[in-house]
Amino acid sequence: MSRNPRHHSPASDTEAASAEAEPVLRFAGVSLRYGRGEEVLRDVSFTLPAGSFHFLTGASGAGKSSLLKLIYRAERPSRGLITLFGQDLSVLPRRQLPLLRRRIGVVFQDFRLIDHLSAFDNAALPLRLAGRKPKAWRDDVAELLAWVGLGAKLHAMPPTLSGGEKQRLAIARAVIGQPDILLADEPTGNVDHDMALRILRLFVELNRQGTTVLIASHDQDLVARSGLSELRLDQGRLVRAEAAP
Amino acid sequence: MSDASAAFLKGWKPGPLMPRGDARDGGLAFVIAVLCFFACLAALGALAADRAAGGWTAQLQDSATVLVRPQGGETADAAAARAAEALADVQGVSEARALEKDKVAALLEPWLGKEALTDDLPMPRLVALQLDPTHPASAAALDKALKGAGVDATVDDHSLWIKDIVRAGVWARAAALAVFVLTALAAAAVIAFAARAVLASRLQIVEVLHVAGARDGYIAGLLARRFAAMAFAAGLGGALLAAGLGAALRLAGGGGGLTPVLPVAWIDLAALAPCPVLAAAVAAWSARGAAMRLLKAMG
Repeated sequence: MSRNPRHHSPASDTEAASAEAEPVLRFAGVSLRYGRGEEVLRDVSFTLPAGSFHFLTGASGAGKSSLLKLIYRAERPSRGLITLFGQDLSVLPRRQLPLLRRRIGVVFQDFRLIDHLSAFDNAALPLRLAGRKPKAWRDDVAELLAWVGLGAKLHAMPPTLSGGEKQRLAIARAVIGQPDILLADEPTGNVDHDMALRILRLFVELNRQGTTVLIASHDQDLVARSGLSELRLDQGRLVRAEAAP
Repeated sequence: MSDASAAFLKGWKPGPLMPRGDARDGGLAFVIAVLCFFACLAALGALAADRAAGGWTAQLQDSATVLVRPQGGETADAAAARAAEALADVQGVSEARALEKDKVAALLEPWLGKEALTDDLPMPRLVALQLDPTHPASAAALDKALKGAGVDATVDDHSLWIKDIVRAGVWARAAALAVFVLTALAAAAVIAFAARAVLASRLQIVEVLHVAGARDGYIAGLLARRFAAMAFAAGLGGALLAAGLGAALRLAGGGGGLTPVLPVAWIDLAALAPCPVLAAAVAAWSARGAAMRLLKAMG
């Protein structure tokens, strides 16, 4: 990984327009409703500069997971515009989605590890799907797993791993392809405080290497102690877009 | 890197992205094998029907019958002999033979009964013709030769029967082909249903693959290969079973097959060889189609 570490705070649309670089992500008046239900996101607007690190906070049901799904286009907005890496996600042809998604790392709240694959195969998944030859990445995957403390569990199947180990494996899978943006949904939700801090340090390290990071978390204490920027959702509305002090 | 990690990497092989086995696989494989068995039987039936129809047509095409009516004071035997002599010289006739009264009576007996065949019954006289199989004489040429010899006779070249038999053969082949196509479609439908069920039960894996950047075609290909491999094995089983039955029919019936209606030949069994490949192709096509539709519906 050799990226220029840059730290930015979340910016309003106006600020983004004057930013030096094209923002990695832009939401403009985005709303989302599932079927005919109520809107789970309402008129959300923000931009994320490249290399920035943000927490996405809010109570359970505030719309954090839905917002992340919009970014990796598991869902489409019912209104508004989303651009990622300069591409309008609403009109992006389906055939171009895989290439876009290979630039995104996603840590699911429930990990979504593939139970019949070893920890090594789970972590290597994005590289296999990108069509890279195993010789080029075998050692890298083993090193990354060692770095997240799973060096002795390369062969282990996910059901045999503890919650914290699964969490770290899910993170390893999300970052192995050196994504341009990392989305993590409650990555510290199932681990103890020490593990939460350890995972946070891992994200900070990734961010230092240039990855834009957006972490959804309801752990206000962790967010406050991290001193990092915060986007706060309340009942689907973005009520706070605050830079780190 | 630790020794354990190095050892792991040395023996590592990529795991299958879709689980190889499923509890439903055994039942599905059995259904595909049964469908392939029926499809193979239909194929064997089509070949045998084709051969039977061809044989009957050839037999009828190779022969003709002439009904001779004596004129004036000429005896029936003399008229038949004269007709046979005239017909023997026609191009495309291999042999012309006037049938004796006894043989004609034997031909009529099943229709009239023995008691009706009295001496005073006016018995028709027949001339049996063997025609050149490659260039048989036409009915018109035979008629012309008879008229030239001044013989009053009617030529029956069996064309009426040949048409019926050819028609029956076409229908038999079409029916067998229809059964074959229907079983193939049934297999495709079953596999498509199973593919959708597998995808539905593996939605989480599919979603992970999607989000990690897998193309729809890649995911569908994983399923297509899985079902193709299963269908190949099931198709092989079904084809072998059908071949065994075909061989048994051939052995039981000798050179002519079990019955003249379905004369199975050894060479027919070779026609079953493509069955596993066809089953695999149908399975791959069906599973891929079902997967692609489901993936598109997922958005």
